[in-house]
Amino acid sequence: MTAVEPSLSESTEARRTRWACIDGNEAAARVAYPLSEVIALYPITPASPMGEHCDDWAGAGQPNRWGVVPDVVEMQSEAGAAGALHGALQQGALATTFTASQGLLLMIPNMFKIAGELTPAVIHVAARTIATHALSIFGDHSDVMHARATGWAMLAAGSVQEAHDLALVSHAATLRSRVPFLHFFDGFRTSHEIDKIALLEDDDLAALVREEDIVAFRSRGLSPDAPVVRGTAQNPDVFFQAREAANRFHDATPAVVQDVMDELGDRTGRRYSLVDYHGAPDADRVIVLMGSAVGAARETVDLLLRRGDRVGVLQVRLFQPFPTEALVAALPPTVRSIAVLDRTKEPGAVGEPLYLSVLAALTEAMEGDAPPFARTPVVLGGRYGLSSKEVTPAMLKPVFDELAADRPKRHFTVGIYDDVTHLSLPIDEEVRHPRPTGEVQAVFIGLGADGTVGANKSSVKIIGESTDLHAQGYFVYDSKKSGSVTVSHLRFGPEPIRSTYLIDEADFVACHQFGLLEKMKVVDLARPGATLLLNSPYGPDEVWDHLPREVQQGIVDKGLDLWVVDAFAVATEAGMGNRINTVMQPCFFQLSGVLPPDEAIAKIKGSVEKAYGRRGRSVVERNFAAIDASLAALHRVDVPGEVTSEHTLVRELPADAPDFVSQVTAVLLAGDGDKLPVSALPVDGTFPTGTAAYEKRAIATHIPIWDPEVCIDCAKCAIVCPHATIRMKVFSEEVAQEAPDWFLTKPFRSKDLPGHHLTIQVAPDDCTGCGVCVDVCPAKSKSATGRKAINMEPALDHRDVERPRWEHFQSIEPLDRSLLPHGTVKGSQVLEPLFEFSGACAGCGETPYLKLVTQLFGDRMIVANATGCSSIYGANLPTTPWTTNAEGRGPAWANSLFEDNAEFGLGMRLGVDAQRSVAEVLLVRLAPHLDGELVRALLENPQEDEAQVVEQRRLVHALHERLRDVPAEAQDDAKRLAATSRNLVRQGVWLVGGDGWAYDIGFGGLDHVLSSGRNVNVLVLDTEVYSNTGGQASKATPRGAVAKFASAGKPTGKKDLGVIARAYGNVYVAQISMGANELQATKALLEADAWPGPSLVIAYSTCIAHGIDMSLSMSHQKDAVKSGYWPLYRFQPTDDDGQPFSLDSHAPSIPVRDFVASETRFAILRRTDPERAQQLGHLLQADVDERWRYYEQLAAMHRSVPALDEGDDEDEPAVTADEGGEEA
Amino acid sequence: MIDLTTQYLGLELTSPVVASASPLTGQPETARALEESGAAAVVMPSLFEEEILHEELEMHRSIEAGSEQYAEATGYFPNLDDLPGVSDRYLTRLEALKAQLSVPVIASLNASHPGGWASYARLLEDAGADALELNLYRVAADPARTAHDIEQDDLEIVGSVRSAVQIPLAVKLSPYYSSMACFAQQVVDAGADGLVMFNRFYQPDIDLETLDVVHRVELSRPWELRLPLRWMAILRPQLGPTVSLAATSGVHSGYDVVKALMVGADVAMLTSAVLQHGAGHLRTVHDELRRWMEAHEYTSVDQLRGSATQATSGDPSSFERANYVAALHSWSTPAHLLVGHHRTSRHPGDL
Repeated sequence: MTAVEPSLSESTEARRTRWACIDGNEAAARVAYPLSEVIALYPITPASPMGEHCDDWAGAGQPNRWGVVPDVVEMQSEAGAAGALHGALQQGALATTFTASQGLLLMIPNMFKIAGELTPAVIHVAARTIATHALSIFGDHSDVMHARATGWAMLAAGSVQEAHDLALVSHAATLRSRVPFLHFFDGFRTSHEIDKIALLEDDDLAALVREEDIVAFRSRGLSPDAPVVRGTAQNPDVFFQAREAANRFHDATPAVVQDVMDELGDRTGRRYSLVDYHGAPDADRVIVLMGSAVGAARETVDLLLRRGDRVGVLQVRLFQPFPTEALVAALPPTVRSIAVLDRTKEPGAVGEPLYLSVLAALTEAMEGDAPPFARTPVVLGGRYGLSSKEVTPAMLKPVFDELAADRPKRHFTVGIYDDVTHLSLPIDEEVRHPRPTGEVQAVFIGLGADGTVGANKSSVKIIGESTDLHAQGYFVYDSKKSGSVTVSHLRFGPEPIRSTYLIDEADFVACHQFGLLEKMKVVDLARPGATLLLNSPYGPDEVWDHLPREVQQGIVDKGLDLWVVDAFAVATEAGMGNRINTVMQPCFFQLSGVLPPDEAIAKIKGSVEKAYGRRGRSVVERNFAAIDASLAALHRVDVPGEVTSEHTLVRELPADAPDFVSQVTAVLLAGDGDKLPVSALPVDGTFPTGTAAYEKRAIATHIPIWDPEVCIDCAKCAIVCPHATIRMKVFSEEVAQEAPDWFLTKPFRSKDLPGHHLTIQVAPDDCTGCGVCVDVCPAKSKSATGRKAINMEPALDHRDVERPRWEHFQSIEPLDRSLLPHGTVKGSQVLEPLFEFSGACAGCGETPYLKLVTQLFGDRMIVANATGCSSIYGANLPTTPWTTNAEGRGPAWANSLFEDNAEFGLGMRLGVDAQRSVAEVLLVRLAPHLDGELVRALLENPQEDEAQVVEQRRLVHALHERLRDVPAEAQDDAKRLAATSRNLVRQGVWLVGGDGWAYDIGFGGLDHVLSSGRNVNVLVLDTEVYSNTGGQASKATPRGAVAKFASAGKPTGKKDLGVIARAYGNVYVAQISMGANELQATKALLEADAWPGPSLVIAYSTCIAHGIDMSLSMSHQKDAVKSGYWPLYRFQPTDDDGQPFSLDSHAPSIPVRDFVASETRFAILRRTDPERAQQLGHLLQADVDERWRYYEQLAAMHRSVPALDEGDDEDEPAVTADEGGEEA
Repeated sequence: MIDLTTQYLGLELTSPVVASASPLTGQPETARALEESGAAAVVMPSLFEEEILHEELEMHRSIEAGSEQYAEATGYFPNLDDLPGVSDRYLTRLEALKAQLSVPVIASLNASHPGGWASYARLLEDAGADALELNLYRVAADPARTAHDIEQDDLEIVGSVRSAVQIPLAVKLSPYYSSMACFAQQVVDAGADGLVMFNRFYQPDIDLETLDVVHRVELSRPWELRLPLRWMAILRPQLGPTVSLAATSGVHSGYDVVKALMVGADVAMLTSAVLQHGAGHLRTVHDELRRWMEAHEYTSVDQLRGSATQATSGDPSSFERANYVAALHSWSTPAHLLVGHHRTSRHPGDL
């Protein structure tokens, strides 16, 4: 038993420590990169940045430790990355990869192989929750715990410094032990936390990663000069023995790891053990855990030690092979009770993995020759911190209380309130770790778009790297992609910072957006007497009157020192737009006093120069101008002693909100989800749809305002709106007459519906202000050519008028769906969208397609959604945009995984069809008891159009009525039929996902599903890049575009996914672009739905990752089509001798370079490598020319597919699409 | 043998025919073709203040857009250590031109606000530019700023660039100064070795189909030469022989070159005609120039230069008169306005 802990001061030699402020991902990558020759990658949160760093460094030609630039290869999936890793290792190449969560699970088959072959390798894992009832991108150990059977050693880092150091330990120990290493640290809490760490030097790497081990490894590589066979198939006679033959390598591994740790300690002074104990040498109660929560646990122990308690914490670093001896030796002999805390859950297990391991280790030790304890300690198992749930001293102190209890809970949970199975321990809110002397805590609330996080990262670096102070930065992001709030938590102090949880009593609180005072509990985060800085459009004399009552109360009660700065004014004057970061940052330094003001200003400028210098002088100079003007605009506010404001924070939900919304969703929206008890949440991950409508975010600064005088009724604004916040309704003369004066309407120009009226209405609190509607509006004012039928206007000037208009608009009944044909832009836009107000990026190119699909088929569609942007904006709590119509019908939605969505969707189809078959059999069987006409009608209704579907619903309803009257002997069948009869109504199964899914990770499954002949509709939202994880190249990325993992411009062309699908002959395939031709897009979706076999619709989706002005999203789409870059077509299989391929766009009329010139993804290469940009540009043009030539030939080609599905007797009218998208 | 050599900005040129800024002078291959067709010097396309600002700020904006907004995607583009800008590309191109050409290469800098132009000018000098053409570009639309304010800004730019470089400096002016004669002298006093007359601006137009305001640049027409002809004729005697003058705008033929020389230009610069007809057009221009000089028994450019300025012309007031009467008498529908004619062929009798 020793009280060893890593120390920053125990340096054994006079070496000069280099400090850096970096996050855990970079800390690990900085070791992995120089020690690797092959790096096989696949992006997954929160591990993606490790691969991105490596790609950046390789792109910049940075060599590894042996003078070679590692080969950084992006694969099609984590399974592919693991396969490539395995192959590289077989050749004796030093190889690594980075992953998390489902990605790690996909690597497991290869991990078994790699370990079984005793192959040195390291995988660095930013440990993340595995998707169960829900996906979570946040951190826990559920992923790594599923790798523990693979035979890999598992080393857990608990901090950014450890992620750096243990990365090296892993790379060194794997070569010495031949056992591959999984090095992991907590996703987000460590992977994304910026800390000041001492850097390892090249010679540290050289000393620990021994050349003789590398030579030995290489000598085992496959070579025709000394051929061997590896990976035989073995039989019952020898497999078992062979499996045992490797035992001694695993047995030896703990000692190898400790050796390497000791060598590291000798060199750096940072001493680590397989398990490290911290606490009283005579402790009677000990917590055992691993990962970042050790920081909070140590603080808790220190707190209790000061109170005289005999407690301790044991940090496990090597989890596999489990260091039994070291663990037993490290525990104080006085220990009487132990709580083992697992950051994972294994439902139904006796306990979680660390608990079971500790329990077994202690049992074995007590039953051994020299029992270490007088009495076997009581061991409790606790779960904590799933999905990055906070773990604080307030939660851990009760664990020690429980350990002291007479009859402690054998199994418990920490940090939540479990009112169902009553497993949770209470949270002791009184417990706080006393802040170390001199530590400053600061919290900053801002918007993603305003640069707050970037500035705070810069502040951490400035303080950490240029002073003796330690620094920590942790950043909390919103679940929305548009208008997202960020909260930055920064700590600075003379002592190393161990607190691994959020700040709630800050010395300094800054609110970078005045409007957030209404939504966020800004003042709650401040300690009494703290400084509060507001970016305020109101000066020091008038700001008080504009504060909500609760904010005033908090300021008065806590005696806050209030300051204001009009950062927008300063930033605008300096030409910085809404990037207020360089105004707020100097104000922070000025008020916090962490650095002398002049020094702070100089260092902020230095960091701006470093960050933006390569982007040009003008960028730097504008930032400098903002910095220079900032302090003059900073003013102290004389706080009145009393609260004067009448307006309050509370925003009431509508009285008719469903119970779930008012009891659960509202709590989430208020930011109090942590307080919800277990009983409040669905047991199986099933949530109601339609909750986004209750989340009135009011994030737009400008909203579109309709001018009926100019409007030409084209409905383009409505069809392109990414958030369903510009709507069109057509209604009768009477409805128009009844409308209040202030509600705008105009006569509807339509020969189909004479005497009707039309209104275009914005949902003012749901609009993101993206401006796409205004961009596409073709109607120009005759008296002012710059004005259109809708124009962006300041939201504050119009909200009070538009809110009641929107309310009234919603009260108007939707038009009867049968009155207008759906295959026109107008006809589709009078249909009610059942996908609304998503959190997608402002101007998102994907969501208009989804919205349109729901308008056309929403009341009878089931969605299988691949993980990605669409699953995030589609179903990230607190609210969901998929919604229902007045009858309660709407899309039913589910997400399985990223890689399996096609199969998942096919399964849905099979499930529907199977139950329909059951229902049909039962119908026939029960026919004698039912109305024969009804049965015949139910079985024979072709349900080809909406009227027939509506009729089928009526028939099913009638059937239910009849089933009640079925005689008793047939009641069992009647119940079965009642349970399956809904499947008699035609349902569309839609498989939705992005190009990462369809082109890469899910392609094999998609291909198989397309080959199945089954009636599924695949909608590929093709952004040509992995959008959700931040812009990594996919096989849909075009030639010459710069993306992550293609930083030199993608050298190869985009895969033509459509050609692969068309090859089957019986797959309906369309390529569409909303911005180029809404009509063709609408027709294609209708045809895809109508086609009784598989359909594939590839939809061009503009994305923020293209580097475009998203308000021009649709104009970019138009140019993409005009240049031939994105040809529009529909391939309708036919069993006649027909011409199935219809080329719907005109021959290219502008060169591709005109299109790509306006997109940063291409423009970057013209800056970084003009020659390559030109070469790739020529090739891109050649790609386009060649494809156009090929498609033109296809359009003339006759083809028939024999033996199409029986259902193919439809006579689809030919569609002549007009590029302008105007219907007759 | 006719002597076509001339001096411009102190550079010895083989002829007075210079290829002015166009896409053709920006690429080594096409610039080489211009040289082979007789261009005595090339002026590179301008390094634009507006372009630098636009590209830097737009690229910065789009790279930053969406960054640090969402936990899964804290950025959307790779972190590139080196992101060369407009000016870097320009310097690379300048170096490539210098490597390919033996005639002087004149770099061009287009500035509209006082600022960091001196540093760009120095970079151009370091990259091997034989001379610098500073393009003062401005639409004076601010009602609060007087003509004096604007002229002071321009003179400040000229002065700062002058003090930054050793190579010769020409200043390209717009024709819209209130007191051209005075301002021209001030520009020379501020350090210009020569003047280039005149700038042509992008002019807004209205697309009657889309009702959009569009910006397009039209190729010059030969009649546009009249404006530089007048001002050179006036300024040549005022500025004296040491200040270089270059005529640009409307120089399409060898005959236009003759006219420019007669009013005192040291060189005549061609852009539009070369864009219309290709680099080989310069051969035609030289042939026309030689033919005219032979026919009119001139033996050198020196002899021709300045023979019809305000000081040497028989009717000095003709360059100052508005000339309405004479102009109306000589009016006839220009060929380019006739249907089916896209270019005009000119002969010396047209003036």
